[in-house]
Amino acid sequence: MQTAKLKRTSLYASGANPINMIQAAFYNEDCLVYDMEDSVPNAEKDTARLLIYNTVRYHRPANKYVIIRVNGIYSEYIDEDLEAAVRARPDAIRIPKVEYREEAVRICQRITEIETEAGMEVGKIEVWCNIESYLGLINAYEIATADPRIVALALGAEDFTASMKAHRTKAGMEIFYARNMLLTACRHAGIEAIDAVFSDINDPEGLKEDTALTRNLGFDGKTCVHPRQIDIVNSFFTPSEKEIKYALRVLEAVEEGKRQKKGAVTLDGSMIDKPMELRARTTLAQAEAAGIAIGGMRK
Amino acid sequence: MINAVGREIPEKIGNYVVKPYAGPREAIEAEQPVCSRRKPSKRAAAENKLMPDLKSAIQACGLKDGMTISFHHSFREGDKIIVQVLSCIKELGIKGLRFAPSAVVNIKNPSIVDFVKDGTINRIQASGICGELGDAVVDGLELSEPVILRPHGARPHAIETGDLSIDVAFIGASAADDFGNCTGQIGPNACGSLGYSFIDSTNAENVVVITDNIVPFPCVPTSISQMYVDYVVKVDEIGDPKKIGAGATRMTKNPRDLLIAQRCADIMAASRLFKDGYSFQTGAGAIPVACTNYLADYTEQAGIQASFALGGMTGAIVEMHKRGLLRSMLCSQSFDAVAARAIAEYPNIVEIDNSMYANMFNKSCALDKLNFGVLGALEVDTDFNINILTGSSGEMMGGLGGGPDVADGADISIVTLPIIRGRIPSVVDKVFTCCTPGSSVAVVVTEAGIALNPKHKNYEMLKEDLDAAGIKTVSIEYLRDMAYSLTGVPKPVETTDKITCIVEYRDGTVIDVIRQIKRD
Amino acid sequence: MEIKQAAIVGTLESSDIQISLLPNPGKGLEIQLQSVVKVQYGDAIVATITEVLESFGITDAIVDAADRGALDWVIRARMQAACCRATGTKFNWKGEDQ
Repeated sequence: MQTAKLKRTSLYASGANPINMIQAAFYNEDCLVYDMEDSVPNAEKDTARLLIYNTVRYHRPANKYVIIRVNGIYSEYIDEDLEAAVRARPDAIRIPKVEYREEAVRICQRITEIETEAGMEVGKIEVWCNIESYLGLINAYEIATADPRIVALALGAEDFTASMKAHRTKAGMEIFYARNMLLTACRHAGIEAIDAVFSDINDPEGLKEDTALTRNLGFDGKTCVHPRQIDIVNSFFTPSEKEIKYALRVLEAVEEGKRQKKGAVTLDGSMIDKPMELRARTTLAQAEAAGIAIGGMRK
Repeated sequence: MINAVGREIPEKIGNYVVKPYAGPREAIEAEQPVCSRRKPSKRAAAENKLMPDLKSAIQACGLKDGMTISFHHSFREGDKIIVQVLSCIKELGIKGLRFAPSAVVNIKNPSIVDFVKDGTINRIQASGICGELGDAVVDGLELSEPVILRPHGARPHAIETGDLSIDVAFIGASAADDFGNCTGQIGPNACGSLGYSFIDSTNAENVVVITDNIVPFPCVPTSISQMYVDYVVKVDEIGDPKKIGAGATRMTKNPRDLLIAQRCADIMAASRLFKDGYSFQTGAGAIPVACTNYLADYTEQAGIQASFALGGMTGAIVEMHKRGLLRSMLCSQSFDAVAARAIAEYPNIVEIDNSMYANMFNKSCALDKLNFGVLGALEVDTDFNINILTGSSGEMMGGLGGGPDVADGADISIVTLPIIRGRIPSVVDKVFTCCTPGSSVAVVVTEAGIALNPKHKNYEMLKEDLDAAGIKTVSIEYLRDMAYSLTGVPKPVETTDKITCIVEYRDGTVIDVIRQIKRD
Repeated sequence: MEIKQAAIVGTLESSDIQISLLPNPGKGLEIQLQSVVKVQYGDAIVATITEVLESFGITDAIVDAADRGALDWVIRARMQAACCRATGTKFNWKGEDQ
């Protein structure tokens, strides 16, 4: 059975800080992002790369979706970053500031080359593209569909607002359009959409308001800047009883279809496609992560 | 012989006859009357109690070689009384004393080690011997018998059975009158509750109150009454207020500690015992303070009020009382300045005798009524045994405090600790020193998971409540494996045969011993 | 491989290790370790340091390590970075391919 891996929360751990990297494994984030980029000073790129490689390859935390964020695609570090990151065997590699489809294609090709060279299963490593400029946003759909590896786009609000000459505010009207645009692209491409951070770690009420918007707009998850934000953000991705019941019915119909060896399965007169099935599994995974007991569905 | 927690202990250690720990509720109650050295007579006429200096008070008490002296540790690392008294005793040439404070705090320049080396002290009994003294003891400091370490509840019992017989009790107070009525609640060096000294005041042969703040008669409030006090001495300084506790203990920002504190509060709030009138003890330190704050929020959300908080108090608990979420506070100790001063300010915050708090041989003690007890630990093992004394290199890192008492007394005892500290695993196969038997530990909370003890008396109830709340648990072996997978399995610390400390349990039996560390 | 220049890697923060790798031409390996967990893990730390030196083919070096309770793979990563810096080479990422 295909399991839906939750992506409600992504927490960064700096490759420049061993204690943060070790501790980050214990919080409740779904995705742990080991960072080679912004949080690592230029003089420490080599040490961070080795620390992340050794951690992810040999001591990756269980039960986390592990991501490595590499340096920018035009930086002097990207080639070696990819050599290390691919061989570390994370679930995904997160690419900063993607603006054109061709950039995404090129990086994905390079990943394939390294996978092949290293004798790894080709295509297993997923890719997240960070959208953090107006150009990236305009090309979001093109990027989202550039390669089957690409499973998520993540909005980087700080750089995006700078590129727009906008001012970043707590209410976030300046990124309202970008959020919708990115979501539209992701939904059409059938991939996940990850919202921008809420930067003020000392404002839990503000975080709640912002995350309610994240959830209501339709995002699948949000990046967190501090461990204290994780439980709050996760709590917004707890499905309602109605959603859980519907998800159960979808999966029952799928199972029934398999038993009867039917090609197409319908529920209440409409056809169940792959994304619908995956969404149902995600709903149940979210429910389980929130500690909701589901009759007969628990492992 | 092997005791009930599997520790190898000799039958006799010097003159000390070992009563091995035999298991929970196997304690033997004494039949003889309470031992007290207090005499129904006076040493000095009432108007002559105030002595000109420490030396004359010590001489008036008739302190001689080999006698036993006691202190409380409520001034913590800000204490300036112990060094003044010991220096004075040294000048008088009195030697070979037994030093029996409620706990030894880390006093430096001179340290207690210096008074051992010069022969002033040759025996020690306390709840803990942190700092220089502890390090020296585990490395084989020359004493005439091993140090006896007792939890808070066991000390009053040892005094009442006569095992610990005190010749002179020196009681530091932040305010006192010339007749000896005294308190720790007011004055520039307020330390709060004097709960540890009540038993000393009623059972020692001589009682000397030491203060830097003589107030007009009568000293109000009075914690220790003039009727027990032989002499009063005024010194220039009894403590350093900065080290006694400058303000409220702050809420930590360490996300790991916050996570552990949150989990701990989650467990309490999920329990069926979390209802109007529940009671708790959280203690001092980063995790307990954060945990208290989370617990206060849960209490508010549930629209209930706790009936009492017990033991050592912090500003966070005072805050909970001020918010109307906690009806009363029974303070045997005050951990910060806010808690220290609150006793005099709020009628429902009361100072209690440490024996009333934790002594299991009383007609009853407050711990018998406690719902939730939150405890810290250095190590826990797969039998849920707790080490709160020694680090994994064998060094002395903490004191017993009331930990073993609280674990046993509370309906639900929760041990909080990070899964690793640096490269040191906290969940291990076998703790270096067993201080609290695993049978009295209900839950272990780490950032890597929560483990319930299937052998705890309230396991079924707690498991049901946590399952209902959707709180996931793991096995203690899972936590140990997780710790070892990060750190690797540590090489065991080698010891010699020399026993440096005897660790007593709250019932007066021996739960473990600490042997001298072998050095290359 | 030969050490071309002295290299210092890592910090003195808790859970980290600071490694100084210095040339020691013709005199073999000399490892000095200071550690807060020397009793329990001293041998394991020296073994990891030696193993990384061997994997780089470094036979002459002085290693001065100040350990603050770093986990094994942190020590390995710090040591690998020190070897790269000291020998002026890039890490051989293909070395651990199956």
